[in-house]
Amino acid sequence: MAAVTIPYKLQLRREARSERVFRVFATAAALLVLALLAGVLLALLYGAWPALKTFQFGFLTRTVWNPVTEQFGAFAALYGTVVTSLIAMILAVPVAFGIAVFLTETCPMWLRTPISTCIELLAAVPSIVFGIWGLFVLAVMVLPFITSVMREVFLATPRSLKEAAYGLGATQWEVVWDVVLPNARAGVVGGIMLGLGRALGETMAVTFVVGNAHRISGSLLAPGTTISASIANEFTEAVGKLYTSSLIALGLLLFVLTFIIIAGARLLLLRLEARGAQL
Amino acid sequence: MSDNLRRRRVTAAIALGASGLATLLGLATLAAILWTLFSRGLAGLSLSVFTQTTPAPGSSGGLINAIYGSVVMTLLGLAIGAPIGILAATYLSEYGRGQRLSTVIRFINDVLLSAPSIVIGLFVYTLVVLRMGHFSAIAGAISLGIIVIPVTVRTAEDMLRLIPSSMRQASAGLGAQPWRTITRVVYPAARSGLLTGVLLALARISGETAPLLFTALNNQFWSAKLNQPMANLPVVIFQFATSPYQNWQSLAWTGALLITLFVLALSVLARLVSSLFGTSESRIE
Repeated sequence: MAAVTIPYKLQLRREARSERVFRVFATAAALLVLALLAGVLLALLYGAWPALKTFQFGFLTRTVWNPVTEQFGAFAALYGTVVTSLIAMILAVPVAFGIAVFLTETCPMWLRTPISTCIELLAAVPSIVFGIWGLFVLAVMVLPFITSVMREVFLATPRSLKEAAYGLGATQWEVVWDVVLPNARAGVVGGIMLGLGRALGETMAVTFVVGNAHRISGSLLAPGTTISASIANEFTEAVGKLYTSSLIALGLLLFVLTFIIIAGARLLLLRLEARGAQL
Repeated sequence: MSDNLRRRRVTAAIALGASGLATLLGLATLAAILWTLFSRGLAGLSLSVFTQTTPAPGSSGGLINAIYGSVVMTLLGLAIGAPIGILAATYLSEYGRGQRLSTVIRFINDVLLSAPSIVIGLFVYTLVVLRMGHFSAIAGAISLGIIVIPVTVRTAEDMLRLIPSSMRQASAGLGAQPWRTITRVVYPAARSGLLTGVLLALARISGETAPLLFTALNNQFWSAKLNQPMANLPVVIFQFATSPYQNWQSLAWTGALLITLFVLALSVLARLVSSLFGTSESRIE
């Protein structure tokens, strides 16, 4: 018997031990993803606590934001966030829909990949670059995300459905509007909500153009602020515990808001996937 | 032809024409962004950008300290996030397949994927910066690492799932434990797919500004210390672009051009690698 070979049983034991270690590491990494979400929530809650305790529910509804008198309310920033995001969506959704229709219906085959790659490259442009580029940033930024989801769900329309509609004499547009779109409804809504989640949380692009004025203005051209822009502009300069804490509370608000919207969108898309798997 | 049919045909022509116009609009936007970037960024592009540190207002200088800081923090972020992401994806695709826990983790991961990055910055601020007592490059790297994790998990899991289970069974049939199968069979087979995921994560964090604002902060001077504030391209662009000084604004455009070119090159490279792999493009949102 060769003295250098490791006994068979020892080798087996080592393998089994390595297996346990590897498995523990992989599981721990997966659980870390869960812990990350909980950690973010808890850390923000901890940081925001002084502000939440001082202002209680008034924090949500008051528009005052005065570092000198240490009076803080989130409503102006919340309003700005929602309004800018909604405008972005109103601009982006029709265009995204148009692009998705073009890419799935009318575009010549050989052009489809290059064009959809270009649209997706739009998503690769760092948001800070959009920011110094200027206006309509949010709309352009969410465009590729909505487009790609829409394109995917449009493509998932069963061929037989479309061909049946054509067979009844429907025009190409009628097939899109009356067959493809209703069939892809859940996916389209999911895609739009994903885009909305993006728009709400986008910081840099908005910070450049929105200004930083904690007030509610009827005019869309007057400076306003959004949650993320306030944090980006003021956080490093904030003095005093309550000021910092109020900014963290804004962050918590933003996180909860986007969480609800993104989770809703994912659930919709997930249900769609499950339905697709059943077919 | 009846009036009704004519009307329907006209509607179709208008609607489909509009969809073509929408596509043109999207493409024109990309072209316009690139055009502005090139015309304004190239003007300030010179050798001194790569040899000198960021200047005071009005004097000349470059971006070398910011470029160095960005490279260091991005690589560190990748080193922190990518292994965790790939391991978590390994769990989802290999050990936890079909389990309820995996569904939950996948869902939470998708939420994290789209979570506002400034919130991650706040998280690391309360967790690391407050503990250390000051801003630091390592805090910046950690926040980038946290952003890398969900991106890697998503792509890596998609890639690992593409590996046919017959390969795993063949390996198991030879008596290999799962971990040996994973590290010797599954990972090598999915190598280019995993690489694509890491490249996409790299592209994602290269331009991230929000999580660095109050973690790494900024530094006008050369600094290689990881426990000190460190300059980085995105924050420098932010600071310089919003300043009233002409030379700062010019440098901001140059920096933006550099980042965009880098990120676009990475995205194209990632696409190339994944198409060589011979799979449909991965779903990254």
